[in-house]
Amino acid sequence: MNMLQTFEKEEIAKLGRAVPEFGPGDTLRVNVKVIEGTRERVQAYEGVCIARKSAGLSSNFTVRKISFGEGVERVFPLYSPRIDSIEVIRRGDVRRAKLYYLRGRRGKSARIVEKTTPTQSAAAEKA
Amino acid sequence: MPKRTGLIARKLGMTRLFAQDGSHVPVTVLQLDQCQVVGVRTKDKDGYTAVQLGAGKAKVKNVTKPVRGHYAKAKVEPKKKLVEFRVSDDAVLDIGAELTASHYVAGQFVDVAGISIGKGFAGAMRRWNFAGLEASHGVSISHRSHGSTGGRQDPGRTFKNKKMAGHWGVDRVTTQNLKVVATDADKGLIMVCGSVPGPEGGWVEITDAVKRKLPKEAPLPAGLKQAAA
Repeated sequence: MNMLQTFEKEEIAKLGRAVPEFGPGDTLRVNVKVIEGTRERVQAYEGVCIARKSAGLSSNFTVRKISFGEGVERVFPLYSPRIDSIEVIRRGDVRRAKLYYLRGRRGKSARIVEKTTPTQSAAAEKA
Repeated sequence: MPKRTGLIARKLGMTRLFAQDGSHVPVTVLQLDQCQVVGVRTKDKDGYTAVQLGAGKAKVKNVTKPVRGHYAKAKVEPKKKLVEFRVSDDAVLDIGAELTASHYVAGQFVDVAGISIGKGFAGAMRRWNFAGLEASHGVSISHRSHGSTGGRQDPGRTFKNKKMAGHWGVDRVTTQNLKVVATDADKGLIMVCGSVPGPEGGWVEITDAVKRKLPKEAPLPAGLKQAAA
C-alpha cells in the first residue's frame, strides 16, 4: 500500500461510514440527504446496482431504476457525506461486473434472478 | 510584509476530500520529508539573503566528499534535494532547524513549482494545439505539419520562439494561487486544492503565493518543529 492509499484509508475511517457489502445485480435503497430550502430531509432512491468502481476514497456505484417508464441512472460516491445510508433489499445473481446490457432491455428480459447461495461474509456471520 | 521561506515537498498524488456540504474537493497531497535548513546566505557574505533547505535522505555512499563536508558543517544528514529560497532579513532561520507542515495554514494560497512530466519530441499539433493541414484538397503526407513559419523576402527569416515541433515537458513549471485545504503537521502532509506540476513522487517547491496576501495566522518567521512542540 503506498502513501496515498494509506492517506485515503485514514480519510475513509475519519468519515466513519458503514458501507454494507453489495455488488452489481443487487437491489439497493440509497437514502440521500436532500436540502429543501432550509430544511434537510432524507430521500430514498431505489434501484438495481449495475456497476461499482473501487478507487479508494473516490469509489462510486451506479444505481439504475425505471421511473415513470423512463430509465434513470444515478452515480453515487460511495463515501459521500450526502448519503445517509445504503440498504441492500435483494441480492441478484449475475455473471458480469458491469450490467450495462440492462440499458437496452425492458420488462421481463431486464429481470435479475435472486441469489440463493449466501455471500461469503453472510455465511461467515451465521457460522 | 516579511518574505518567508518556502518548503520542499514530495508530490504523493491526487485524491479527493469531501467538504462539509458533501461537495468534492480535488486535492494534491504533498509530503514533507525531513525538510531542514542546511545553509544560510547573508547580505554581508553573499550579497543576498536566503535560506538553503534540504529534504529527503540521501545515502552517504552516494554523496561526494565535498558535499558531505557541506552537510557536516551544518550538522545535518545528507539530503536528496537542496533548494535555496530568498527570504527577507527578518525571516532568516537557524541552520539545522526542521520545518513542518504547519508552516502553511488552511485557507491560504501558495505557488507550487515542479518539473513537468516529459512528453518527448512532440509535433506542433500536440505541443501547441495547431490545427494541422487539411485532410484532402491536395495535401499530401503533411497532414499534421505546422504549415508556414513566417513571411517572404521581408523579414526573410523565421522569428525566434516560433511555435514548432520539438521537445516538450521536463520544464520548471509554477502553478500560482493554489489553495491550501488542510495540513497535517504530524504526518507532514499538505493538501492543496487542484493539480500540481510534475510526476507522482517528484519534488516540488511550495512558496507563499506572490499575488495574494499572507494571512495573519501564518507563523513567522516559519513553522518550525521546535516551536510546534
